[in-house]
Amino acid sequence: MIKKTEVISSYKLPVDETLEIKRCRYMPENLTGLDIRRLPRISIVTGIHGDELEGQYMCYEVGRRISESPESLKGIVDIYPAVNPLGIDSVTRGIPNFDLDMNRTFPGTGHNTMVEYVASDVMNSLDGSDLVIDCHASNIYLTELPQARVPVDYGEKLIPLALSLNLDFIWVHQASTVLESTLCHSLNEIGTPCVVVELGVGMRITKEYGEQLADGVFNAMERLKIWEGEVFKGARHTATVSTDGYVSFLNANASGIFVPSARHSDYVKEGDEVGRIIEPLTGEIKEIVKSPVDGLVFTLRDYPVCLSGSLLGRILGGIDLCEET
Amino acid sequence: MRRNIIFELKSPYRDTMRITSFEFGSCDEADCENSVAILGSTRGNEFQQLYSTSRIVEQLRILESQGRIEKSKKIVVIPTANNYSFNLHKRFWSLDNTDINRMFPGYDLGETTQRIAYGVFEYVKGYKFGIQLTSFYQNASFLPHVRIMHTGYENPEAAEGFGLPYVYIRNSRPYDTTTLNYNWQIWETTAFSLYIGETEKVSEKSGDIAVEAVVNFLKANGICKGEINGGKKTELLKSSDLAKIKIQSAGFIKKLNKPGDRVRKGQIMGYVYDPYDHSTLETIISPVDGTVFYSIADDMTYQKAIVYRIIKEI
Repeated sequence: MIKKTEVISSYKLPVDETLEIKRCRYMPENLTGLDIRRLPRISIVTGIHGDELEGQYMCYEVGRRISESPESLKGIVDIYPAVNPLGIDSVTRGIPNFDLDMNRTFPGTGHNTMVEYVASDVMNSLDGSDLVIDCHASNIYLTELPQARVPVDYGEKLIPLALSLNLDFIWVHQASTVLESTLCHSLNEIGTPCVVVELGVGMRITKEYGEQLADGVFNAMERLKIWEGEVFKGARHTATVSTDGYVSFLNANASGIFVPSARHSDYVKEGDEVGRIIEPLTGEIKEIVKSPVDGLVFTLRDYPVCLSGSLLGRILGGIDLCEET
Repeated sequence: MRRNIIFELKSPYRDTMRITSFEFGSCDEADCENSVAILGSTRGNEFQQLYSTSRIVEQLRILESQGRIEKSKKIVVIPTANNYSFNLHKRFWSLDNTDINRMFPGYDLGETTQRIAYGVFEYVKGYKFGIQLTSFYQNASFLPHVRIMHTGYENPEAAEGFGLPYVYIRNSRPYDTTTLNYNWQIWETTAFSLYIGETEKVSEKSGDIAVEAVVNFLKANGICKGEINGGKKTELLKSSDLAKIKIQSAGFIKKLNKPGDRVRKGQIMGYVYDPYDHSTLETIISPVDGTVFYSIADDMTYQKAIVYRIIKEI
C-alpha cells in the first residue's frame, strides 16, 4: 500500500507562514497512472467549519484501520482532515480575517480572493471521486445524532450511499438557493456524489460517534469496491429516512437558561416535556418546552443560555415507536 | 417625527434589546404612500453606518419641521437592527455569531437572528424605495457609491437620484439571497445599498456625503421639496468596467494611491515588503488608465489579495 501526504492548495500568509491544505492518500501499490484513474475513489472531508472537530477522530480511525490491513485496500482513499486550517487553529467557524463561512464560497474561482482560490483548489482535488463525505459536527450549541443531510434533488443517487454510512437518520431536505454555494451542492452539480454528515457537537469529539461513522465509511468503501476487509467493529445502525415534513423544530419562546428534561436520542410522546427555560435570578420557570409530536429527539441543545428563537431541539416524527425497546 | 420601538428581545441578564425606528411625514392612513425605508447598521462594527444614519435622522427632523416633506409621503429610518453587538464591539450577533444581514426575509418562529430579521423586514417591506447603509466584508476604502444587486428587478435609473458619481451593479450570488437588499427587490421595493467609504472609523465628511445623497434622492423622487445640491452626473458601473490588481506575494503593503486618484497604465501604485527584512517582494503597477475605486485598507495582506480596483477609462 502507498500512503502519501500531499498539499492540494498552498498560499502565502503575510508573516513567514504558508497556508497549506493537505490530504493523505492511501492506494494499492504497483499502479500505473491509468490504473490510478480507473480505481474507485472515496474522499473524506472535514474541518470546513473550524469549530467542528467530530470528523477528526473519524479521519484518524479510518487511516488507522487501513494501515492495519493494507492488503484489503483495492481503491483510493483520500482524507482531507482540515480544509480550513486557520479556523481550526483559532476555534473559528469561518475563515479568520475574512468574515466568511467557507461553506458559502464554493465552487470558488481562480480570479478573486485567496479564499476562493482555496475553494477552487479543494473542488478540483475532489472532482471525480465516487463518493465525497463532507463531515460536520453540529455547532457548539447543539448535539446531533449521527445523520446525513441529502438534498432532495439528488436523493435518488445519494440515499443509497448515505444508507451505507451506518448513521441513524437520513434527512432528505428541500433545496435552498443559499445552499448552492456549499461544497456538497457544488460537487453534486458537477456529478461528483457528495453526502453531508452531521454528528455530535461543536468543539468536542464524541469517540463512539467517530467509530460509528468510521464503520460506515468502510461499509461504503466495500460497496464501492475500495475495501475487502473487515467493515464493522461496532454495532450496525439502521437509519430512518425522512423528509422535512416529519421534522419538528423546538425554538425558545422565552429567554433564559435551558435545562433539558429529555435526553438526546430519546423517543418522546406528544406533550412530553423536553426541557425548561428557567430564570436563576428569580427562581421562576419562563417556559416549559413540550414535544409537539411523538418522535425521536435527534437534536438537543447543549449550551444552556438561550434567547427567544434559540433552537432547543428537533424531533423526528412519523417513525415507529416500537423501536423504543 | 415619531419614535417607535418595532422589535424587542429579552435577555436573561442584559437590558432588553430594542430596535428603534423614526417615522417622518404627515400621513392619513387612507392617503399615505410608504415612500422610503432606510436601515443603518445590521452589524455591530458599522460605526460609520450608524453615525451616518443618525445624521440622516437629524436632517429629516429639520426638513419635517420646515414642512419640506411632501404631504402623504412617509419615510421610516431604523438606525440599527443590532445595538446588542455594538455594545460588545462585535460585528455579528453576540450569542451565535450569525449575520443578521444573511437572515432576510426572516422567520418569526425561527432562530433569534431570523426573528430579528423578520421583525425588521415586516416593518420595512412594502415601501417604494429601500436604502441600506452597509459595509464590505473586508477592510477596504471605496469611492462613495450606490450598489445594486442584479436580480432582474433592479432600477439603476432611480439610483441616479442620489447624485453620487457611481452606481455599481453587481450580479447576485447564491449567498446574497438572504440579504435585505435582495429580499426588498423580491418584494417589489426598489432597493439600494449605500457604500460611503468607512466602517469602523467615523468620518464626518462621509456622514455629510450620506446625508446629501439621501436628501438628493428624496428630492429627485418628489418625497421632499427643494433643489438638488451638488448632484453629479452618475456613471453606471459593471464588474467588467473595473480592473482588479491582485498581489502575488504576501507581507506589508505600502499603498501610494487612494480612492479617487487618477492613475496611468504602468504607474507604480505601491509595494509589498518582506515583513522581516523589508526587501521588496513586489511592485504594484496599474494595468490601465483610470480612477481608483477601491483600495484595501489593511497594511498587511495575504497572497492573491485584491489591493485595488480601478475604473477603466474608455
